[in-house]
Amino acid sequence: MSASAGAPAVLVDDLVVRFGELEAVGGVSFAVAPGEVFGLLGPNGAGKTTTIRVLTTLLAPTEGRALVAGHDVRSDSLAVRASIGYIPQAISVDGALTAYENLDFYARVTGVRRGDRRERIEQAIETMELQPMLDRLARTLSGGMLRRLEIATALLNRPAVLFLDEPTVGLDPTARRMVWERLGALVEQAGTTILVTTHMMEEAERHCDRLGIIDHGRLVEQGEPAELLERHDTDSLEEVFAAVTGRPIAAAEGEKDTDDDEEGRLSDVRAQRRTARRLG
Amino acid sequence: MSAHSAAPPAASADRGAGGQPYLSTGPLQRMAAGTLAMAQAEMRKLRHDHLDIITRSVQPLLWLFIFGTALSRNRTLSSGTLDYRAYIAPGVMAQAAMFIAIFYGLSVIWERDVGQLQRLLATPLSRSSIVLGKAAGACVRALVQAVLLLAVLAVAGIGVRWTFTGVLGTLAMLILGTAAFACMSMLLAAVIKERERFMGVGQLIMMPLFFASSALYPLAIMPGWLRAIARVNPLTYEVQGLRQMLVELNPAPPSGVVWLDFLVVGSFFAVMLIAATRAYPKAIL
Repeated sequence: MSASAGAPAVLVDDLVVRFGELEAVGGVSFAVAPGEVFGLLGPNGAGKTTTIRVLTTLLAPTEGRALVAGHDVRSDSLAVRASIGYIPQAISVDGALTAYENLDFYARVTGVRRGDRRERIEQAIETMELQPMLDRLARTLSGGMLRRLEIATALLNRPAVLFLDEPTVGLDPTARRMVWERLGALVEQAGTTILVTTHMMEEAERHCDRLGIIDHGRLVEQGEPAELLERHDTDSLEEVFAAVTGRPIAAAEGEKDTDDDEEGRLSDVRAQRRTARRLG
Repeated sequence: MSAHSAAPPAASADRGAGGQPYLSTGPLQRMAAGTLAMAQAEMRKLRHDHLDIITRSVQPLLWLFIFGTALSRNRTLSSGTLDYRAYIAPGVMAQAAMFIAIFYGLSVIWERDVGQLQRLLATPLSRSSIVLGKAAGACVRALVQAVLLLAVLAVAGIGVRWTFTGVLGTLAMLILGTAAFACMSMLLAAVIKERERFMGVGQLIMMPLFFASSALYPLAIMPGWLRAIARVNPLTYEVQGLRQMLVELNPAPPSGVVWLDFLVVGSFFAVMLIAATRAYPKAIL
């Protein structure tokens, strides 16, 4: 997967998000080229989810500018939402509906025209290899199947940019591999731009074209994985993280137990645990 | 990574993806389509879970056949209606629908917790469409329950007035009232945010609304202070409307009263819809 030239699919310029006194994102800037897989890498509570929430118009930025598919998230939020697919960390498909009914529902609410609906759904089914599970209630699907179904529901409106928030958290290695394989196929065949958040270094290195390392709400490093490794004269992204933040990623994860920011609240921790349980 | 021939084409960033044709349709059309999609999803969920509607139907039947039968000889309570069970049937129907509507906020908090709400909010669905869609979901469940209750009334030979316009008006009033209370519930969910706390507040609101209304007894027998509360309680007007359309009252209420009931419940719905659309769903995130 390689980035192509042209106007960026995502442009974040000096983005600031404050919750009262707390600055969750402090002056983040980056750009993602069309067809690129860009990974926001960092520990829980670093500001990844807050950034993605701004880009998906769920949160208004306090300062700065963000454009998605050429539309401003603040002034043209409806056009942004019509241009994206978004999969939050928690499982967002409806467990009380079958896999097919979930696809049909998201085709409708993302505005896929009636005449195009069947074809789009069939394409998404084939892309994500969902055929054997279509008539099963979503709550009976395995974690990997659920994630594939979710990604399929996010493809129906043919998004210019697909946002994935920790898409493989709670999945076993086989399911993780399957999810990344399908995402790779999507980028290669459809040229979809993907912005993914993760705290899994190995996945980030293997599957992202470029990475941004985010810590305490600040983008402390960005570049291609190989470029980052070379720049810091190391063979692991953990060491790159330690070099740019001054502490290992494991220690950074531990700090978040006492953090009180947007992503570290009790309700978020409960949601993460619930997601992990649902993914089995 | 392996390529796959079936991957759908993505739109280019500068032309804004497949959403652009969608945005070329009018906002009202988009709102109606979104609301319809959400209501249909609720119907599908009901189809997968018949047990839910059956278990929910037990409570109104208990009110009707145990409470109603026990007090059936009290003519003061029935306000001149021959059968007290027929008198309370509209109240029981409205209460059961309100129960569904009030606790809809709980499901909204659950959907927030599991990520469904965030996902919906990142689609081009309008906020009012999400609120209306949720309210429509509550209405679907309330309607199914009401139809079951009407069937029981018919089978048990409880003397309600079976006219086409009466039944149609009853269902219309029920939809309006349920949608209004569902919007109120979403407003509460936006303020309360925690499921455990919502359960307590829901109970706290629902029981006074029920008992301080004309659901079980006429306003005329209430003490002054309770009657004053009942007169500002929207459930009173919903029940009055249902009763006038479904039950033979003696003496008959003056003509035009049912329109006043529709007006009050309709206004309550409009206010709740606007308030819920403003407060929810941003506030719940």
